[in-house]
Order: sequence, then C-alpha cells, then structure tokens
Amino acid sequence: MTTPLASNPPAPTAPSSASAPSLAVLTCEARLFLREPGSLFWILVFPTVLLTILGLVPSYREADDGLGGRRVIDLYVPVAVLLAMIMSGLQAMPPVLAGYRERGILRRMSTTPVRPSALLTAQIALHGAAALGSAVLALAVGRIAFDVRLPGQPAGYLLALLLATASVLALGAMVSALSRTTKVSAAVSSVVYLVMMFTAGVWLPVQAMPEVLRRIVECTPFGAASQALDRAASGGWPGWMHLGVMALWTVLPAAAAGRWFKWE
Amino acid sequence: MAIIEVNAVHKAYAGRTAVDGVTFAVDEGEIFGILGPNGAGKTTTVECVEGLRIPDAGTVRVAGLDPVADHDRVTRLLGAQLQESELQAKLTVREALELYSAFHPDPADWRSLAERLGLHTRLTTRFAKLSGGQKQRLSIALALIGNPRAVVLDELTTGLDPRARRDTWQLIEEVRDSGVTVLLVTHFMEEAQRLCDRIAVIDKGRVVALDTPSGLIRKAGSSTVISFTPSQPLAPDDLAALPAAASVEQKGGRIVINGTDETVNAVISLLARHRITAHQLRVSEATLDDAFLDLTETRTEAADTEQAA
Repeated sequence: MTTPLASNPPAPTAPSSASAPSLAVLTCEARLFLREPGSLFWILVFPTVLLTILGLVPSYREADDGLGGRRVIDLYVPVAVLLAMIMSGLQAMPPVLAGYRERGILRRMSTTPVRPSALLTAQIALHGAAALGSAVLALAVGRIAFDVRLPGQPAGYLLALLLATASVLALGAMVSALSRTTKVSAAVSSVVYLVMMFTAGVWLPVQAMPEVLRRIVECTPFGAASQALDRAASGGWPGWMHLGVMALWTVLPAAAAGRWFKWE
Repeated sequence: MAIIEVNAVHKAYAGRTAVDGVTFAVDEGEIFGILGPNGAGKTTTVECVEGLRIPDAGTVRVAGLDPVADHDRVTRLLGAQLQESELQAKLTVREALELYSAFHPDPADWRSLAERLGLHTRLTTRFAKLSGGQKQRLSIALALIGNPRAVVLDELTTGLDPRARRDTWQLIEEVRDSGVTVLLVTHFMEEAQRLCDRIAVIDKGRVVALDTPSGLIRKAGSSTVISFTPSQPLAPDDLAALPAAASVEQKGGRIVINGTDETVNAVISLLARHRITAHQLRVSEATLDDAFLDLTETRTEAADTEQAA
C-alpha cells in the first residue's frame, strides 16, 4: 500500500465536496421528473380530479346521518390525499428505481466518486415531495370548491401525512428492491397498489366500512392512515395505535429494502 | 511503472469459476488489451479492477490502491465505460456531461471534451434519441470527465457500424496520446491488433498468452505466408533448405511457404540466384485471428504460459 504517486496525487477528500454532487443529482432528477407527464398527471392531478368529480355529485355534498352527519365529500378528501401517495410511491416510483438498476445507470454511477444511493435518495425524496404537493392541492380544492373544513388538528394531520408518505415510499422501495426487472416491479406494484387503494378507502371510505372489515383494514398502512387523518381532520389527535401501525409499516419495508436491494 | 496490477485473481459465481488466477500489469501510458471469446471472464476481470466486484482470491491495485477498500480514491483515478450501461432516457447530452462533471473534484472542461468527441452538435439531444455511436462516445466522455489517469473501456465498439468503429479507434488513440492509460476489453481481433501495445489473451478464465500483437502472431507458429508461381520449377532440396519455413506446399505450379521474415529473404535470394521470376508473388502477415485461434485451441499446452512480456 506504499503508493509512489508520481506526478499528480489525488486530491484529498474534501468534506464539503459530498453535498455538491448530491445536490447536482437531485436537481438533475427533478428535471427528469418534470419530463414525465404521465407520472405528473397520476400523482399531482388525478387525485384532485377524482375528488372534484365526486364533489360534483349533488348527493355527496349533503350531510349523511349514516356518516355521523358528515358528507361523502368530507370523507373523500383524505382518500384523495392517500391516493396521491399511493400513485407516487407505489405506482410511479418502483418502475423508475428498477429501471435505473436494470439499465445499468446505478452501475455506471458506482464507477464515479458518487455513490448510486444518491440517485435512489433523490428519487425517493422527489416522489415524497410530489405526493405531499398533491395532498396540499387536494386539501385546497376540497376547502375552496366544496367547503370541506381544513384539518382541525393541523400538527396531528401533518404527522399522519408524513408517516403515511414515509410508509408508502418504504413500500415502494421494497417493491423495487425485491423485483428483478422493471416488468416484475410494475406488476407487483399494480397488485400492491390495488390493495392499498382499497385499504385507503377509494371504493368505500374506511369510516363507512363494516366493523370487522375496518378492524382488519386499520392494521394496514393506509387503513391506519385513513383513520389517523380522519381523526385529525375532525380536530382530535390521531390515535397512537394508528400512528404506530404506520411507523411499523415504514420501518419494516425500509429495512427489507435496505437489506435486499440489488445494485445490479 | 504499472498503474493497474492484477495478481492471481479468482472469481466464481455460484460455484462456477469465471476468473481463474488472472495476472497482468498495465503500464502507464499504454493501451492494454484484454482479448478473449465471449464468456472468457474478461468483463469480470475488469469489474474487479473497477471495484464493482470483490475477487474471491488474489489482489488488484490501481496506482497502488485497492479498488474496493479505497473505492473513492480509485474512482478519481480510473474512468470506466461499462458494457451495456445506459443513462436516463430523457437526460440530454449536456445534462449528462454537467452532472458527471459535478461528481468529480477536478473535472475536465466538458465543452471541449464534447467537441473532441463530436458531441457538441448533440448537446440538447436526449440519451434515448442518440445513435449507438453517439451513445458510446458519450460513455467515453463520461469516463474521461474526471481527468482520470487510466480508463477501462469494455466492448466499446460492439454493435457499432464499421465507420463508427474506426472513428472510435482513432478516438482511443487520441485518448492514449493525451497521456491516459487505456485498458481495453474486446473480442475483435482487428481492434486489438490495431490499437493495443500489449494484449492479454484470456480464455476460460485464464491468461493463455500475454504479448505485443506481433509477438502473439509470431508465437502462434508461422507468421508469414509467401506464395508465388515460379517461371521454372524449383529444386525440392532448395525449398527444403529454406530457413524457418514451417511448411512448403506445391499446388499446380504455385508454391506456398509458411515461415518468417527470414524465410522471405531466403526465398528472394534463392530466386535471384537461379534467375527465376516469381509471378504473382504475395507475402502476407498471419493475422491476430490466426494467432488467437491457435492460442485458444491449444489452450491445454499454453495454460502454463505465464511468461509475461
């Protein structure tokens, strides 16, 4: 290991140089993200469009005794929020990550001073940001167009929102980690994503589900998220059980993704 | 001085040996070729050099550094173009160059690099829209962007048309002329013969020969073929007395001799002595192709060829 470095010894690793390349990766991936109109539509536009369509149905804007005096549209705002997360973390992200691996993009990066994990981190961050942006849009449209009250417990709502986002990103990362190819990852995410849509209450709001079904659904990340958001929306602090379920559904898939992710 | 040293490297995948004791050293400033049939272990060998794989046994050093333990420092010294490695489909040439510049502490000027590689007219083109040759040139640009001391180019010209291949060869020579050591993986004989200062021939995970291209050809039996139709018959004794002739054949008045340069000179003086005219005299070099086939076929005897040049 005695290195007679003749002419040009390598520059010592400057600690400040670590952040600049990561920022360059993030900027670049953000630009690429904006070049995917399909993903942008499904993540940012679709959930709010769905909310708007439902809001145009007159009966959905009337108080329903079966829902404790609330309107269907009130229940669909959190559904739209969760839908944005599912679209981003489970529909859009896994094929991107699997594609980066499959097409040798991560490998090429391994031969540079920057770790390919910077690329995965950037993608996860961007999909998380897009999901949260879409959530804000759904809340704003709900408030402005359909007079849905803003969350009564904003801190609790934000906490539930962040946990739900973390959970869906962890699940998406796990799907990418465990699927060998882009095709497999797209197929697996479609299945997971339909299940998640159901548990998030897209077809039937969790609050309107029969007791037994709701108990089961509450153990899934989006069932728990739905309940937590609903509680915070009506002014209460989300139940610790629901928050705990989401935390668990973040930590376990994230650990699995970290453990089994293949770089090539 | 050797910039890349590979010493007795072994690598197996799931019990199947891919690289079986490969040893070679690449000197600073040369174009060193790794030549071998598909599946011979060429790519695995250079992946160990790049630090992408960890050898099961043996050592690899790049400028004295371990590519795995000192991965960061090695990536600053060693550029790499990987086989079948793409970029994000919607990334433009310019964005790719800027991005990879940002990865290195002391990058080359990407504009002049793009110009040198003929990519300056394609800066706003997305990766997916580039031709095969342009993608390869971009790959070379990205491998060179960190101002490396050495580059590994793996099957660079596979899938290129002959014109693009020739352009790429010229480019590689220019890279070497600019002072960068090149480790070139290929299965094209012509490419290896034209570009490489030295070649390691790898077959079934082992180095079966290591020499200059002409050295390899010389080693592989007769390197020169002399053929002509004499104006008068030649005495068999004279032909048999030719020095360094591996074989002499007569077919319908035409004589074909396998030999060396020495044989060529002897034939010429023999003809002059007897005042015989040689019609359609042809002297042709055996190619690396012939040498390669020889080397990879007679592998069992050549397996102990550990004599590095």
